[in-house]
Amino acid sequence: MSRSTPKSDNPFYDASLNARHFRAKAFKLFTLSSIVFAISFLLFFLGDMVYKGLPDFQQAYIKIDVSYSEKSLASIRQAVDKKYRRVVSRSWLRGIPRQVEANPELMNTTQTRWVLLNHQVDQYLKGHYYKVKAKNIKLIDAMQKEGKVELQFNEIFFTHGDSKIPENSGFKSAIIGSILTLLVMMVVAFPLGVMTAVYLEEFAPDNRWTQLIEININNLAAIPSILFGLLGLAVFITLFGMPRSSPLVGGLTLALMTLPVIIVSARAALRSVPDNIRQAGYGLGLTKIQVVQDHVLPLAFPGIMTGSIIGLAHAMGETAPLIIIGMIAFIPDTPTSIFEAATVMPAQLFTWAGMPERAYVERTAAGIMVLISVLITMNTFAIYLRKKFEVKW
Amino acid sequence: MKQEKNTKIQVRDLNLYYGDNHALHNISMDIQENKITALIGPSGCGKSTFLRCLNRMNDLITSAKIEGEVIIDDKNIYDKDVDEVAVRKRIGMVFQQPNPFPKSIYENIAYAALKHGIVKKGASCDELVEKSLIQAGLWEEVKHKLSEPGTSLSGGQQQRLCIARTIAVQPDVILMDEPTSALDPISTEKIEALMLELKKQYTIIIVTHNMQQAGRIADMTAFFHMGDLIEYAETETIFINPVEKKTEDYITGRFG
Amino acid sequence: MKSFELKQRNHGLKEQLIHLCLISAAAISVLTTFGVLFSILFEAIEFFQMRSFWYFITGTEWSPGVDNSKFGALPIFAGTFMITFIAMAVALPIGLGSAIFLSEYASPFWRDKLKPLLEILAGIPTVVYGFFAAITVAPGIVNFFASLGIQASFNSALASGIVMGIMIIPVISSLSDDVIRAVPDSLRKASLGLGMTEGETIFNIVLPSALPGIISASILGLSKALGETMIVVMAAGLRPNMTWNPLEDMTTVTVRIVDALVGDNEFNSPDTLSAFALGLVLFAVTLVLNVISLSLIRKFKEKYKVNTL
Repeated sequence: MSRSTPKSDNPFYDASLNARHFRAKAFKLFTLSSIVFAISFLLFFLGDMVYKGLPDFQQAYIKIDVSYSEKSLASIRQAVDKKYRRVVSRSWLRGIPRQVEANPELMNTTQTRWVLLNHQVDQYLKGHYYKVKAKNIKLIDAMQKEGKVELQFNEIFFTHGDSKIPENSGFKSAIIGSILTLLVMMVVAFPLGVMTAVYLEEFAPDNRWTQLIEININNLAAIPSILFGLLGLAVFITLFGMPRSSPLVGGLTLALMTLPVIIVSARAALRSVPDNIRQAGYGLGLTKIQVVQDHVLPLAFPGIMTGSIIGLAHAMGETAPLIIIGMIAFIPDTPTSIFEAATVMPAQLFTWAGMPERAYVERTAAGIMVLISVLITMNTFAIYLRKKFEVKW
Repeated sequence: MKQEKNTKIQVRDLNLYYGDNHALHNISMDIQENKITALIGPSGCGKSTFLRCLNRMNDLITSAKIEGEVIIDDKNIYDKDVDEVAVRKRIGMVFQQPNPFPKSIYENIAYAALKHGIVKKGASCDELVEKSLIQAGLWEEVKHKLSEPGTSLSGGQQQRLCIARTIAVQPDVILMDEPTSALDPISTEKIEALMLELKKQYTIIIVTHNMQQAGRIADMTAFFHMGDLIEYAETETIFINPVEKKTEDYITGRFG
Repeated sequence: MKSFELKQRNHGLKEQLIHLCLISAAAISVLTTFGVLFSILFEAIEFFQMRSFWYFITGTEWSPGVDNSKFGALPIFAGTFMITFIAMAVALPIGLGSAIFLSEYASPFWRDKLKPLLEILAGIPTVVYGFFAAITVAPGIVNFFASLGIQASFNSALASGIVMGIMIIPVISSLSDDVIRAVPDSLRKASLGLGMTEGETIFNIVLPSALPGIISASILGLSKALGETMIVVMAAGLRPNMTWNPLEDMTTVTVRIVDALVGDNEFNSPDTLSAFALGLVLFAVTLVLNVISLSLIRKFKEKYKVNTL
């Protein structure tokens, strides 16, 4: 910069300023690098998850003959040729009796099928760490050249529940479990939160009792989530005897945790409705409750929704309290009611992350991609709602 | 670019744009040393904008674009080799709302002087604080409570503190943007008296919406209207015998 | 006339009913806090009837599940402190730096782009951070230090501390950003008008003015770090370990709570109940921190008369 060259004819030249400008620039650079670090971490992190998770949306299949006979039904390993027995998935073979049941004319025939390969071969084909015998690798390589081994869309991930066999495990029961749990949560937390907000904002007298409630709600928002798990365990399960690991208990626990989020945002939305709308209502001879119900609440509704969606997204990613109440049980079957044992998406990710097989790392990362996509969609929708209905009074 | 001897600031063909909005049109005027120059005009006429051009405060507004020259001591302050920070050090500013820093009275005054290296911490700094407060006519009122926060003072005292703070940096010129509009009449009177005292040492330029104030204290008065400098002359001339019709209309209260 | 009165009375009844519903909703919200407190407190009291309170807070051996089980939580507190300290060392400068950049330097264009990105960071579930810490960061740290000839644990406090710090960045930056923006512009102008550089103005005028809010944000971040569970459960150790070396494995209060409750222990055994004793400590500490944080932010609001925080 030219300001650093001293000029005798410049009455505004001040040598001491150089050092000060340097310090100011260094400070600005520090703040800039902070945010650059934070954002690049985010990008690195998302990139890392996509890099690890994306391959999981495909799984390896092999095209071989499968014989449907009494013998193979009695011992499913017999259904495929001996040389393939170490590479195909046990879980696929276990499905053979069901195939026959659904389609009896298959009996005593031999069909050429795309058969799921096991996770070790799958990992080999994706270029990851694997444990496959040399002779089997030769076999797979040869089949691949013939076009009889290929990566196909991983349908299992979306149609199966958890499994101890990596290639057979899916996210479905966790997704359903999440939906059931969040449903319970919203049914409890939404009306309770909105009603509390309406009471505090529109009806409560400004006295010590009200202040106590306010302080309480603020503190409730800062309690570590894991402690809500302790509450759920001690009260809902031990005291009330509700079924452990169930979406009912999970939903109730999350409801208490999300309550302050909904209350705070609903209050903000109610407060943003201008007073003259209330006064107009009173002027028409309406009672306070009518005014709130018919005029204030509808206007505050988008704001309340925005806050609730954010609270919902928050609850969807919550794991710690649900672990405490046992929602990390091994759940291969999709739960059908809120009283059955279930797991939720983040808890399923936790379980997979703890598995020793390398294939589960991929599964976890893929599950994370699904979960984060849902969360970002929800948050974007909430922001959209806020922008769309943002009214400047 | 030699200036006349008693001219402190020479403005030449100054234009200012806020984005597409042409806010100041071809302003040229000479501001004299050790005089009080008042800028008057209806609100939105560009007088405050013009004032901020004189110490490059408009640089802070990213949409503002400035053309023309503001020459101080034979140097255009908009030249590339001029540091706006150095300009602001030489040309101090007092704002409409008193805005003391949330620090003690002492620190309010010492802060910038210490940073500029005008004084070092210790006796010389104490001396400067005292001198500045005496000049601003505030010393007697605050000398026993220098460590109290500046915000604890009354509005008028706060404004004088802000003036003392500006003086402490030892500028040549003091710009004042409606310094008394937020104050009561008694405080206003004190500040006006202070200005008359200060002009012996400093060149003062004041924006005011109060014509009586301009009449009371200003040596020179400039009338702005819709981004144009309509008339600039000795205060008496402007008030008693204006050349332009618009000036007369404004002075006699027909608009504004 | 009669029907009119009747209608009026019905109306009154309905109104009262609704009013009652609203009050009970508010009451439930309040009861929740007490519910959390009491459910933890009662079980914790039961624990302290079986085991010494004094040894719990000063003892250095934590060995549940054996015949002569001991519950000295000091090493657990030490691990929690260490990991929280690392997290704050990461989050404080970066969170505050980001907040200053967003509020003071960034143009509205960049601000609008960068702020939602930081909010994404806040929306990532902690289990995901935990996975990242365990799978990517921890091995990275082991490899890095191995190349220097230093041995680091795969469950090092450093790995979970760093990732936890990143998780807290948006907590600190978001509130700090709000507070810094609430500092009146007139103060910036006054300082710039005195010939201060932008950096000096921010450092000497804006930041000290926003200090109560910034401290409040940091305390909130601290309390979040103390209560964070998934990152440490997945990436930190299980072993109570009192050490100053952040490359060793350490455990935290939350890890031990989870560990005590996911097993198949009897609910009323000291092993299980120790979780509630630890929970009580966590509850008390985070509550105190939150109260301090709230009172600081209230002071800031009063000082500058802002209602938007």
